Amino acid sequence: MHEQHANGGGLLFDVILSFPFLVAILLYIGAGIVSNRSRHLQKWPVWRYVLWFIGVLCAGIAVIGPLADQARIDFRAHMMGHLLLGMLAPLLLVLAAPMTLLLRTLPVSAAKKISSLLRSSYVRVISHPITASILNIGGLWVLYTTDLYHMMHDNLWIHILVHLHVFLAGYLFTMAMIYIDPVAHRYSYLYRAIVFIFALAGHGILSKYLYASPPEGVSQSQAEAGSMLMYYGGDAIDAILIFILCWQWYKATQPNKRLAASP
Amino acid sequence: MGSKSLHSERNHHSKRNLWSGVLFGIGLAAFIDETIFHQLLRWHHFYDQSTTDIGLISDGLFHAFSWFATIGGLFLFADLKRRNGLSLKRWWGGVLLGAGSFQLYDGIIQHKLMRLHQIRYVENVIPYDLVWNISAVLMIAAGLLLLKRTSKKGAPSHA
Repeated sequence: MHEQHANGGGLLFDVILSFPFLVAILLYIGAGIVSNRSRHLQKWPVWRYVLWFIGVLCAGIAVIGPLADQARIDFRAHMMGHLLLGMLAPLLLVLAAPMTLLLRTLPVSAAKKISSLLRSSYVRVISHPITASILNIGGLWVLYTTDLYHMMHDNLWIHILVHLHVFLAGYLFTMAMIYIDPVAHRYSYLYRAIVFIFALAGHGILSKYLYASPPEGVSQSQAEAGSMLMYYGGDAIDAILIFILCWQWYKATQPNKRLAASP
Repeated sequence: MGSKSLHSERNHHSKRNLWSGVLFGIGLAAFIDETIFHQLLRWHHFYDQSTTDIGLISDGLFHAFSWFATIGGLFLFADLKRRNGLSLKRWWGGVLLGAGSFQLYDGIIQHKLMRLHQIRYVENVIPYDLVWNISAVLMIAAGLLLLKRTSKKGAPSHA
């Protein structure tokens, strides 16, 4: 067990772990093919499949294979994995509009159930920009400033839960900031922009804080490289998010906009 | 009524030119700071042991704000262009005001009071501080001058 854990769990473990990722890709392709059969719907665009595929791949690289193995002993690899799992993969997957695809694939009665679920108070609360930011950035503060970072490396279940949280919170945050899929309650662009700035600041402050006070056991040189990767890598991916948010804002404020021009 | 709405539209554009410029200016100054002084010259340090907590928070907030402002300011610029409301002179006035203000805040409050990091780690940093802050004041002055000139011209005296 310990031997296996140290090198990431071995081949069998990796195969089992890659199963949900394969299922995610197959389900998405299947939904695309099935919904394309419907005559009154436009063909599901190829670029959305590509985004979904790369997004799943990014998440997969973070938890299976050499980078994931290295991340257990190297803080830089750990950070690289988190950028992929918590930021880049969520962005690509959100842009692939999986909920839209699901709703157009399911029969009307089932789709109605899903959309009423999306309008439930639970979804409304967790996908509020502020809640999503706290879950996302607050979760990172908890991970790196408490013993959780250590416990994660000793216990497989905590390891899985932490990574699941990083991914889900990243997805929630992205979908709360840029509206691609249907959203029950839309917040104004300015509101989202302001919340976004505070979330980005929380990310940047944590990066610099980790530079000087990394989790116990992380060497100074790894802490410095890892925190700079977190800082600049986060900036790069957030720049794409900011661009999309501003682009949507720009389109929505188009002068003399026709009513049916944009969703 | 027609001239009144034209008036308010012009006023609106005049304000927007200013804000678009200021936001982009703040972003530009922060971007130059990051690329030239942090990355290329490596004078600025990513983290300085003497940084205060409030310095870290101030830096984080300003960094996030300026990152957003760079992109947002350019979209506002594009918005003015598509509405035929762009006044390049006034926009540049805003850019200079924004960039100068950010640089002055960075140079006085963040470098000196919050001790975030120094401009360069040399024995005598005073000449660097002087050049930094004086150029910031010059930018603010030039920006204000441009803004003053364009506000007169932009005012619809005969509308």
